Amino acid sequence: MTGAILSIRNLTVEIPTRYGILRPVNGVSYDIAAGEILGVVGESGAGKSMAGNAVIGLLTPPAHIASGEIHVGGTRVDQLKGDAMRRLRGKEIGMVFQDPLTSLNPLLRIGDQLTETMLAHLDISRAEADRRAVAALEEVGIPGAAERVGSYPHEFSGGMRQRVVIALALCAEPSLVIADEPTTALDVSVQAQIIALLKRLCRERGTAVMLITHDMGVIAEAADRVAVMYAGKLAELGPVRDVITQPRHPYTYGLMGSTPLASRGKDRLHQIPGAMPRLDALPEGCAFHPRCPKAQDACRRTPEPKMDGRAACFFPMVGEAVA
Amino acid sequence: MALVDVRNLTRIFDVSKPWLNRVVERRGKSYLTAVSDVSFEIAERSVYALVGESGSGKSTIGKMLVGLLGPSEGAVEIRGTDLARETDAAKVDAVRRDIQMIFQDPFASLNPRWRVRDIIVEPVAARGGDTTGMAERLLEQVGLSAKDAGKFPHEFSGGQRQRICIARALASEPKLIVCDEPTSALDVSVQAQVLNLMSDLKDEFGLTYLFISHDLTVVQHMADRIGVLYLGRLVEEAAPDALFDDPKHPYSQMLLAAAPQLDNFGREVPPPTGEIPDPINPPKGCAFHPRCPLAEDVCSQTRPEMREIRGARVACHMAE
Repeated sequence: MTGAILSIRNLTVEIPTRYGILRPVNGVSYDIAAGEILGVVGESGAGKSMAGNAVIGLLTPPAHIASGEIHVGGTRVDQLKGDAMRRLRGKEIGMVFQDPLTSLNPLLRIGDQLTETMLAHLDISRAEADRRAVAALEEVGIPGAAERVGSYPHEFSGGMRQRVVIALALCAEPSLVIADEPTTALDVSVQAQIIALLKRLCRERGTAVMLITHDMGVIAEAADRVAVMYAGKLAELGPVRDVITQPRHPYTYGLMGSTPLASRGKDRLHQIPGAMPRLDALPEGCAFHPRCPKAQDACRRTPEPKMDGRAACFFPMVGEAVA
Repeated sequence: MALVDVRNLTRIFDVSKPWLNRVVERRGKSYLTAVSDVSFEIAERSVYALVGESGSGKSTIGKMLVGLLGPSEGAVEIRGTDLARETDAAKVDAVRRDIQMIFQDPFASLNPRWRVRDIIVEPVAARGGDTTGMAERLLEQVGLSAKDAGKFPHEFSGGQRQRICIARALASEPKLIVCDEPTSALDVSVQAQVLNLMSDLKDEFGLTYLFISHDLTVVQHMADRIGVLYLGRLVEEAAPDALFDDPKHPYSQMLLAAAPQLDNFGREVPPPTGEIPDPINPPKGCAFHPRCPLAEDVCSQTRPEMREIRGARVACHMAE
């Protein structure tokens, strides 16, 4: 695939358990181009974080990649182990986690955490790394960066910590950043700051970003394209404006309709009946059919619908704008 | 008469270090003002929402309303009874019966060792009321099945647990329910189910809600009146349409601009600057002045009073 920084093909993650094999990610394919932000949305348990962890090689055993391929910058990475994976992580792929406090080492000054990362991945001198650490903090908008390199994580507020984590993810100049719910733990105004920062840095550097979140508003503002996941599979993938205003998959339609929106006033919210099925009790056929208003016999049988154009659905919605 | 009347409510927490540390480090006591001089009224059968970022004091106000915390100054009157100062036990009990609370985390607010039936009827059983068939009836009212009464909380998903919490809150037939971030632990589609249920129950039982949330879109959907809090102070109070179409206080304007919206694709707006200041040493005068684009000298000197502007109450020297 030319131009794509990240390319995932038929990725399946399996977790063997006593009761059978669970597939939190099941046959997912997508690409992210340089400078593009792909939003990955879905409810809890949809497999969106699992897919991100699979790319960076952070699946916790017994979860493992059972089949499929992951290419980063043209190199196949899903079979890398040990040192090779470690060189890739941080150098080619940066990661921003949800909770900024647990992703920083509380016993190290933030300057040391930055220089350590750079010295491990880049061929530069200690003095150069120190200089770049200050520059990196300045770039993410930390006031008085030169003094604050000597501070410990607990001396920063939540929003400032998340900035440090972003500086840390970007300091080795990776071509791909995976941001897993980067603003969920933050307040609205700080969230806006972090999203703006992430967008600016990626545009300037041409970094590809996988933005994992459950917040449709964040996706609408930040992402170029959006992938909607349901029960481990892709339900819909397309440009963000099309997916949000004219969803094809009934699940996306329901998701958009259930989000309270100013223009809809105080009418009842659209409800998707029921809840997402558990991975050990997936229905036959399309996993969404028990909750789907358009389900017909074909949906209740295997084979389940494959991605066809934008949505994985036998009876996609056409031209039905979300009210 | 308003159901709830909150007047000049203030809550101060003592956050001093232990005595020995204070002596050794030669420090004085330190106090955190979580809620500062907040006044508002909640009309019967309405939904009053409090919004604000973390540390704005919205949950503290909720706890003072139900009586989990006492006010440091000011008063909460419910049907004319001040729970913190009323001495007539029977009167206090009668008012308390009318208040219930729904908490944010449906995993932490249900006793894992109790059956759902016992959890739901507890508010009535604790007062010695008759509870036969009550749990089953309430479960069906909140969209669960009567068979679920014999189960334990771990057998339910987050959204179902929140329904159980709602059933428990309804058991004593309250007038006022304080909902502290009732849907922020839930997924969007489940959130829609719970919000719809809460609206339905409000109409059915004539309930009044104090709805505490940080999510502006949810608040806009639910509320009849919205109070915006900043650093423990009420900065603006208005009806949803007035607040969202024409926010008067610069902080409300900032908050609304920052909230992500579904219809703003690739929006490029300058994000808000600065962060919420330290509540132990809040700025003098108007607490928002260090971040405020309109701030002038008077803002750093005197705290603005609440003023009426076009149907809204606003605490700002500059707003018009």
